[in-house]
Amino acid sequence: MTPTAVSLAAEVRAGQRSARDVVDEALATVDAGDGQYHAFLSLMPDEARAAADAVDAAVAAGRDPGPLAGVPVALKDNLCTRGAVTTCGSRILEGWRPPYDATVVTALRRSGAIALGKANMDEFAMGSSTENSAFGATRNPRDITKVPGGSSGGSAAAVAAGFTPLGIGSDTGGSIRQPAALCGVVGMKPTYGRVSRYGLVAFASSLDQIGPFATTVEDAALLFDVLAGHDPLDSTSLPSQPEATVATVHDGVEGVRVGLCRDLVDGCSPDVVARVREAADALAGAGAKVEEVSVPEFGYGLSAYYLIAPAEASSNLARYDGVRYGLRVNAEDVAAMNTATRTAGFGAEVKRRIMLGTYALSAGYYDAYYAQAQRVRTLVMQAFDRAYSSYDVLLGATAPTTAFDVGAKVDDPMAMYMNDVCTIPSNLSGHPALSVPFGGGEDGLPVGVQVLAPALQEALLFRVAQVIEDGAP
Amino acid sequence: MTDWEMVIGLEVHCELQTATKLFCGCRNAFGDEPNVNICPTCLGLPGSLPVLNEQAVEFAMRIGAALHCEIRPSEFARKNYFYPDQAKDYQISQYDLPLNADGWLELPDGSRVGVTRAHMEEDTGKLTHIGASGRINAALAALVDYNRSGVPLVEIVSEPDIRTAAQARAYASELRGILVATGASDGRMEEGSMRVDANVSVRPAGTEAFGTRCEIKNLNSLRSLVRAIEYEAARQIALLESGDTVTQETRHWDESAGRTDSMRSKEEANDYRYFPEPDLVPLAPDAAWQEKVRAGLGAMPADRRAVLAAALGGAPTEAEADQIHAVVDLGLDTLVTTAADGGVPVALALARAANEVAAGGQAGRALDPETYAAALALESGGQLSATQSKAVLGALLERGGGDPAAVAKEMGFEALASDTLGAVLDEVIAAHPDEWARFVEGDDKLMGFFTGAVMKATSGKANGKEVAAELRSRRG
Repeated sequence: MTPTAVSLAAEVRAGQRSARDVVDEALATVDAGDGQYHAFLSLMPDEARAAADAVDAAVAAGRDPGPLAGVPVALKDNLCTRGAVTTCGSRILEGWRPPYDATVVTALRRSGAIALGKANMDEFAMGSSTENSAFGATRNPRDITKVPGGSSGGSAAAVAAGFTPLGIGSDTGGSIRQPAALCGVVGMKPTYGRVSRYGLVAFASSLDQIGPFATTVEDAALLFDVLAGHDPLDSTSLPSQPEATVATVHDGVEGVRVGLCRDLVDGCSPDVVARVREAADALAGAGAKVEEVSVPEFGYGLSAYYLIAPAEASSNLARYDGVRYGLRVNAEDVAAMNTATRTAGFGAEVKRRIMLGTYALSAGYYDAYYAQAQRVRTLVMQAFDRAYSSYDVLLGATAPTTAFDVGAKVDDPMAMYMNDVCTIPSNLSGHPALSVPFGGGEDGLPVGVQVLAPALQEALLFRVAQVIEDGAP
Repeated sequence: MTDWEMVIGLEVHCELQTATKLFCGCRNAFGDEPNVNICPTCLGLPGSLPVLNEQAVEFAMRIGAALHCEIRPSEFARKNYFYPDQAKDYQISQYDLPLNADGWLELPDGSRVGVTRAHMEEDTGKLTHIGASGRINAALAALVDYNRSGVPLVEIVSEPDIRTAAQARAYASELRGILVATGASDGRMEEGSMRVDANVSVRPAGTEAFGTRCEIKNLNSLRSLVRAIEYEAARQIALLESGDTVTQETRHWDESAGRTDSMRSKEEANDYRYFPEPDLVPLAPDAAWQEKVRAGLGAMPADRRAVLAAALGGAPTEAEADQIHAVVDLGLDTLVTTAADGGVPVALALARAANEVAAGGQAGRALDPETYAAALALESGGQLSATQSKAVLGALLERGGGDPAAVAKEMGFEALASDTLGAVLDEVIAAHPDEWARFVEGDDKLMGFFTGAVMKATSGKANGKEVAAELRSRRG
């Protein structure tokens, strides 16, 4: 069992263990073990050791090295790291080194955390299995014949494999929570605007949100506290300064009203449904008031999402045109060069979504597709508001099944998209939600239970998740 | 033969003279080395995000207020199209919810042109094509300067209310004056900080339905605007009179050839796939901000022309009206009003500003009003002749200022003492006894003759007014 971030940071802060030692060990472990998982696309050994030395120097000088002193972190490869290759799992950005750090990367450094390397992902975060990476799939550390989920499968796998206590992912339609569930770790999507998106390579700007992976709820809360906060470089960043959530993680759920949401378990496999109900029982046993609730509008979320996200993506990904950075395939004129570059640089799923999104925004189709999807999005938000007038949190499954076989769904996009059916509503509403491991399925693979809360209720989310974690079999 | 009427609408893009760009902290400057004022955001690097510049919003609101627009809750949208000068391959603009809408602009002749909207958007980078014709498809290479990428623009779209090329010119000229007066833009067409596109169609005079329009681009001066509209209208009339039809398309004005050429037809036009920009929040300036902007607006050119006209007392002559226009266009009216406040006759202050100071270009615009007033006071007070006064002004402009009296002295322009004037007059009268006799009998036309003779004898140092007074007193 790898140490938690809380215990590791405590040791480093107390000078009982050097950050350099932690980092050297982590690099060695990845080196020895990642061949079978392919969680990382690239490591940052020089930067990591330099950062560790800076932490050790701070400790030696009696300065505060930060709450995550010496804790290695796996960064999803769509987070810009100054001078270090950032590919988004795409050929079109192969070898691209950003000239700047994402705001969350800066926040991690200030906290004393050590960015160990860049984790694998579905190309441009489009996928639910990390099989859409241009640089090879990631395998699930619980069973290497299974996918780790996606799109943040590399970060989830790095944490599940014990390479790093913490990971950072991005969640546009469930890309943190679903791989967390499939890999048996905690994964959380904060309220939209709570964590800066500056330096996160955009997939669907109105849905993307950065969040933590960890092995425990408390670690996830600690990392969330480091990531959250206003950023003047992101216009959609919320102005208020959030209160620390880690302090109240163990405060329990006495009197908390929990809505067990039928629409977030119906259609899931029986073992997954059983675990969600057991988690509800655990909450009830800890003093929460649990009732079943139905929010039928959630059923429309998937369709709306698969119009809005591709529409935004079709615009966000236009910039990969071969003119300024990344791949360029030369051709007789500019337009031909654009086409040749994008044809060679993007994978099939990315092309599919660019075409889908372009179509949804086209003259004559905009109202029927994009505008209609936005109206559905509004309906889903109103449905959440209605549910939250009676309940403090909602409970459901994170993913319909446990981890599926590598290759099982690569030729069936719709089957792959169905993986996101339980996670998408929170992206459409911008609300926080997390996945916490709770027992296993019939195949012995981990099951994730999803907790959903209203905007800015991350502290409550972690409190509920902690009770589920404590009650897990 | 049918009589044809032009229907013209203008789309004017103006760059705002903010300190920094619209969505990032890069310097907004013209003429720097290429690609020095750039950052992840204006280069459209992956992961970068836009943050709206408050000063740009304020400038855009000033323009809206000056054009009598309603300032509304607005939103940014993405206009999607591929082009190498577009860092993100979309332009952040305003689409269905512009900041300013439903205004008007009054032309000097009193007619009004409707302003449909005045919205905010970002400029693109600047492409330079190397080799071949310079047009993109035939160039050997293209260089992109992203210094201009993200520079704030306001696009002002007029209603199709304009009926002649001269009116179009008056609109563009008046709009430029307004932009400069708001402080939002320097309105320099030659530097591209104000760019005009013209939508031109023709219809039989007296009919209501609009003809098919063409949009003319690449109009880099007011002269181009007039020439292009006249050419285009004639082209369309010729087509229609020969039984042909006009194709809706975008056309490029070729200044040297004096003609418009087809760029792309409506069928080839882009589908821009506008949608709300998810990286920005809606922009809705509150009433207090709007009020502050409206209250802070200075006088507009029309008001300033009215002030000068009123100061003249009585209706301006045509020449004076032209002078007023020139003075206000160049922003020299403070010179005139300051001099007038100092007792200088308005007509004199106006004439010298519209001619000598205007000719000084940038030096003229930089001239200190008090210095100008002091210089003209020497002339109106009789210490300097008109010729001397003009020379002193020229010297002041050349030197970028100075003490007019000292400059006059340095140039040797000292007023003639009265007794010297008397002696010179004695000589002049003695040399022209016949003319003097006629003058004494009341032939006032000879006043100029004698004044000129005195000026000649004194190399211009004599004061015209003193000479006239002396001549009158001697005539008795």
